[in-house]
Amino acid sequence: MSDAETYVTADGRTIGPPIMEMRDITLKFGGVTAISNISFDIREGEIRAIIGPNGAGKSSMLNVINGFYHPQEGEIWFRGKKRKPMKPYQIAQQGIARTFQNIALFKGMSTLDNIMTGRFTHMKTNIFWQALWKGPAEREEVENREIVEKVIDFLEIQAIRKTPVGALPYGLQKRVELGRALAAQPKLLLLDEPMAGMNVEEKEDMSRFILDVNDEFGTTIALIEHDMGVVMDISDRVVVLDYGKKIGDGTPDEVINNQDVIDAYLGVSHD
Amino acid sequence: MPLQLLYGIEAAINGLMTGVMYSLVALGFVLIFKASGVFNYAQGVMALFAALTLVGLQNGQVPFAHLINTVFGTHLDRFGWHLPALLAILLAIGVMILFAILVERYLLKYLVGQDPIILFMATIGLAYFMEGFGDLMWGSDIKVIDMSMPLLGLPDGLPQGGSLWIEEHTQFLGDERFYGFFIDKLDIVGAGIAAILVISLMVFSRYTKTGTALRAVADDNQAALSVGISLRTIWVIVWAIAGFVALVAGVMWGAKSGVQFSLSLITLKALPVLMLGGFTSIPGAIIGGMIIGMGEKVFEFIVSSSWFGDAMGFTLNATENWFAYVLALLFLVFRPQGLFGEKIIERV
Repeated sequence: MSDAETYVTADGRTIGPPIMEMRDITLKFGGVTAISNISFDIREGEIRAIIGPNGAGKSSMLNVINGFYHPQEGEIWFRGKKRKPMKPYQIAQQGIARTFQNIALFKGMSTLDNIMTGRFTHMKTNIFWQALWKGPAEREEVENREIVEKVIDFLEIQAIRKTPVGALPYGLQKRVELGRALAAQPKLLLLDEPMAGMNVEEKEDMSRFILDVNDEFGTTIALIEHDMGVVMDISDRVVVLDYGKKIGDGTPDEVINNQDVIDAYLGVSHD
Repeated sequence: MPLQLLYGIEAAINGLMTGVMYSLVALGFVLIFKASGVFNYAQGVMALFAALTLVGLQNGQVPFAHLINTVFGTHLDRFGWHLPALLAILLAIGVMILFAILVERYLLKYLVGQDPIILFMATIGLAYFMEGFGDLMWGSDIKVIDMSMPLLGLPDGLPQGGSLWIEEHTQFLGDERFYGFFIDKLDIVGAGIAAILVISLMVFSRYTKTGTALRAVADDNQAALSVGISLRTIWVIVWAIAGFVALVAGVMWGAKSGVQFSLSLITLKALPVLMLGGFTSIPGAIIGGMIIGMGEKVFEFIVSSSWFGDAMGFTLNATENWFAYVLALLFLVFRPQGLFGEKIIERV
């Protein structure tokens, strides 16, 4: 199915051709194989979930995609081109933004400044113009500021615009982190457990934001999540990892009925 | 006004000015600490090295002359030029930028993500290396710095000596035994330069993209990488700016007391300044410096005076050597983050 240009999901949405393809990725840390020979793709405009029990290699996979880790074997294809080994900041410049499992915000800075850093990859003026604070630098700042304000409106965090993020409650910090990633207007958005540690209400909010981002901006999203209910609700396709191997790949319904997945992830069924 | 009080005020003002000079060194520490969480022990030596380089380039000294002469039996000494101060300053800035690039490439690059203590140890190593390297390169004799800049209206170099204008205009405060406040013109210039540096650095760090990137890197390396900030570029920029601040501090101290190797010891005076002002605050470095500078002069003035001796039955001398450290100790006990530092909050 990965050869087809478009793909129709279970709920009737049409999603585009693959934007990112992982081909036979193997990642080792010394003698430990974190990811072994895994291939899957992420299609343009879809919400792709990566699930699996603890230690399955989900976060490692995300770190491979955004360049924190470099796999020993395998190829990564992004937007039709094979990607050379790159630094994480170069990958960010290519249009891949992410959030972290343990929130990684700039705690001393305000919400606004944090989200503004998401615009860095789009800022082109050099240090000279910035110092003068006139001409191109000023224009650019205004443009970027508009996008940032849109993100702030979108995520409904106007009230905490000037608050240092270190002082915010956990749920809001997660939202700011999502905002920073969104501000980059990424081609691919990686979310590492966006709902970990949230209560039901916060989870519902976050799910809504993720769906809205995907819907309104057409952003391709790959996410890791433990809450199976959420995963089944919001994702178009799911890839399941266990002990560094891929054991399932398909729509939520396909995956949930896959015997390997049931055994490995949901526990052996007793009916 | 009584003579004693006037002398006390004079001591306080002079202390303030000296304090600003401490701040110039402390500023370099704050910059690097803010951007990388590293206490750069080499900051004082960087000031020394920058000043040595400036004087060496200006006087056309042959670098490593002593070494070359010893090895090859030659008699090299000078190239025979004398550069204008402005040109020499520009060249010295160039050398400090090169220094920043080399430090990043051969030191910091290998230490990314290590504990702060490891980076701190590396800067201690760097400090001693540079001290020896500076000696080898430029020689260890005390050098006079020549800052004559006709282009900037300073044909005789930085103004030195007491300001007559201030003396004349403050004479009226006391009786005929009082000649007015004695304030060194060089100190006033130093204070002015420090003010300009602080304001421009604050504006830079708050309102430019690079400034925000610096703060971002300081907060979280990984997150910074993930939004597309190159750590290595940022580190080079920070060290280059710290090198520039070191050059300014080196020139000011060099103009005050000659460019000599004891200059590297001002690191130790900058430490209490940082503890007072907070390691992460640029204005804190300045205020901390002024409090320390003024405090130690006024304290010395009081405890060594005869009326203190009459009242207490003893006098203290040479308190300037330890006053700053005791004050810093008190701050560590009662306000460990300093006056302006970010409060450290640990969520459990």
